[in-house]
Amino acid sequence: MANLSSSEALSHSDSGHDTHHEKMSFWSKYVFSTDHKVIGMQYLFTGMFMALIGGFMVYAFRMQLAFPGEAVPGFGNVSAGAYNALVTNHGTIMIFWVAMPVLIAALGNFLIPLMIGCDDMVFPKINRLSYQIFLLSALVLIASFFVPGGPFGGAWTAYPPLSAQAKFNLTPLGAPMWVIAVALEFVAFLLGGINFITTTMNARAKGMKMYDIPIIVWMIVIASILFMASVGPLMAGAIMLLFDQTLSTNFFNPEYGGDPVLWQHLFWFFGHPEVYVVLLPAMGIVAEVITVFARKKLFAYKTVLYTTFATGVISFFVWAHHQFISGIDPRMANVFTITTLLISVPIAEMLFVYIATLYGGSIQFKTPMLFALAFLAEFLIGGVTGIHLGASGTDIYFHDTYFVLAHFHYTFVPIAIIAVFAAIYYWFPKMFGRMMNEFWGKVHFWGTVIPFNFIFIPLFMLGMAGQHRRIYNYNHFPDLATPELQNLRIIATVALVIMLLFQIPFLVNFFVSMFKGKKAEANPWKANTLEWTAPSPPPHGNFKVFPEVYRPPYEYSVPGRKEDYWPQDSKD
Amino acid sequence: MSSQVPIATGRSSTGIPTGKLAVWWVIASEIVIFGGLIACYLLYRFRFDHWSGFAGKTDTLAGAFNTLVLLTSSLFVVLAHQAAQRKDTKDAFKYLWLTIGGGFIFLIVKAYEYTSKILHGYTFTTDNFWSFYYTATGLHGFHVVAGMVIMAIISFDVRKGNNLHRVENIGIYWHFVDLVWIFLFPLLYIAK
Repeated sequence: MANLSSSEALSHSDSGHDTHHEKMSFWSKYVFSTDHKVIGMQYLFTGMFMALIGGFMVYAFRMQLAFPGEAVPGFGNVSAGAYNALVTNHGTIMIFWVAMPVLIAALGNFLIPLMIGCDDMVFPKINRLSYQIFLLSALVLIASFFVPGGPFGGAWTAYPPLSAQAKFNLTPLGAPMWVIAVALEFVAFLLGGINFITTTMNARAKGMKMYDIPIIVWMIVIASILFMASVGPLMAGAIMLLFDQTLSTNFFNPEYGGDPVLWQHLFWFFGHPEVYVVLLPAMGIVAEVITVFARKKLFAYKTVLYTTFATGVISFFVWAHHQFISGIDPRMANVFTITTLLISVPIAEMLFVYIATLYGGSIQFKTPMLFALAFLAEFLIGGVTGIHLGASGTDIYFHDTYFVLAHFHYTFVPIAIIAVFAAIYYWFPKMFGRMMNEFWGKVHFWGTVIPFNFIFIPLFMLGMAGQHRRIYNYNHFPDLATPELQNLRIIATVALVIMLLFQIPFLVNFFVSMFKGKKAEANPWKANTLEWTAPSPPPHGNFKVFPEVYRPPYEYSVPGRKEDYWPQDSKD
Repeated sequence: MSSQVPIATGRSSTGIPTGKLAVWWVIASEIVIFGGLIACYLLYRFRFDHWSGFAGKTDTLAGAFNTLVLLTSSLFVVLAHQAAQRKDTKDAFKYLWLTIGGGFIFLIVKAYEYTSKILHGYTFTTDNFWSFYYTATGLHGFHVVAGMVIMAIISFDVRKGNNLHRVENIGIYWHFVDLVWIFLFPLLYIAK
């Protein structure tokens, strides 16, 4: 180890990272860069752009549901086919091109090398390749909106035979393009994931032991492993589905001995761990934010870690709770009900740990903290309603109703929207070297969280009234078109429009602060983790002197110390 | 364009070189891809008795010969690794190309098999058995080709005395490709 660190010091002083890269052209600095921070920002901005597309789609189809048959301002009439394409691509985009790139790729790229105290990912060129494949996948998906026949409309779960045969889905080009885009996206995240895992395993700062790694780094690494272990069968399934679509094989075609339910198994064997793939980084963000803004040590670091391992393992044995009405054996339904109820235990434990961390802390209600607290409250509702869907008895009634839809939005919106905003407000000073505006941050917070509840609580009520999910005009079903139910739809839609409008203050705050915000110091929140010891924003190579680690990451308000924080790299 | 290797790449908190670690993770992700495909095949195979008739139509002799070829090529890649360890770049280069040669023979036999199957009327869409046969062996063949290309690139680097540790990494990958075939051969050729 001794000669390793001396060679590090040597190569660092030799190369002169900081000066060397000033001269690079715009293209090599921002487009073809191998710097982990630039690649992280590329993922972040691509994800934000895709979120705008996904947000516009939800606006169009919610307006159609609230005011069926009327032209939607800015979109026009929503036909049945267009409605299907909108909901399908809204789901696909929000999960694969917003949640995944922002939570795993953007944060993982930006934070892992900074938080473990090194200068870059271990494979910077593979990292760049990962983003380029991701960008290509986004372009393929966007291109599919404009091909003859229109984009794919067979739901984000793409169940065959609807997804496999053009005579059913009527999108001979859109459907295969959708599959290709999703498969490319998987390849991008496999490459990125290998980088995250190997970097964290091998490139940690001197002295950083297993229990000194910040929780969010653990979470991103475990999420990458979960993704890697679960996506393989679906990769195979995607190849089979693509062949069914384009080469007329019959892997999933029941007419010729294929089994459509097999796809459901492949999809959900990935699809359910995927929920935890995006949840874990969000949990990591919340751990970082609440410890800093409660000025308190994380209540039980090892418990969080072990519950995460438990969640990861159990998540591979719950998938068939999506298929209780797909004709699976009722005895199987019992098994999967039990495993599904089991997985709520470690997740609940994690939430309790966070609440215990807050207890007795000196809480500062800064914008990131507000979002982190909102995550705990809102995700709790999502988790508790999940119990009803994991139990096969209630799920058979709720299956494919708006109850399911409201449930998973109560999990995914806290994960991909609320926790991500906590992360953006928290790490913005490190990313861009400037502070975001607190007042507009709080306006954005209340304008996001209150309307969010007004969207989905009515949808829970609609679901319990038996409203099926995949109907584009409820006027065709007189018992679902009553004024009471229609009013709930209108409330949800109005709340959605308000929530979307409140993203404008965020975007303005984001871009104005990036150039005109108050200059941030290196450690504006007085946090312990290593990224705050680098300058804001960190230069190429990150650290002037590579930090050494002397203690765990959450030593806040340690008795007997003058300061209420104790950075990981400070010797005494 | 920055061509510097970051300091991170040279670190090794686990004691395992980063490149080797990454190869193992690549293999982990590949195992589940092939595992998913093979699991699908098995689920169908147990359900459809008539597939054993199709399995009888695959060329077991050609498959056995190819198994031998791949196993021999795996021996060569081990010899290449040994040569690289004693810094014998000439020998390492030679054995890497013998391995690539094994890959070539494998692909030629594979091409012969495909041709004769198609001429007998067993095409990609004849039955799901044949769809699986072509998909699984095709995906495996694609991995063989990828391994050969990477090995060729590494071999020229090795001849100049650079990056000798990569011989071991590509060797691990080649063994994996070999191992996948060890699963495919009995499933598609032997079991009737």
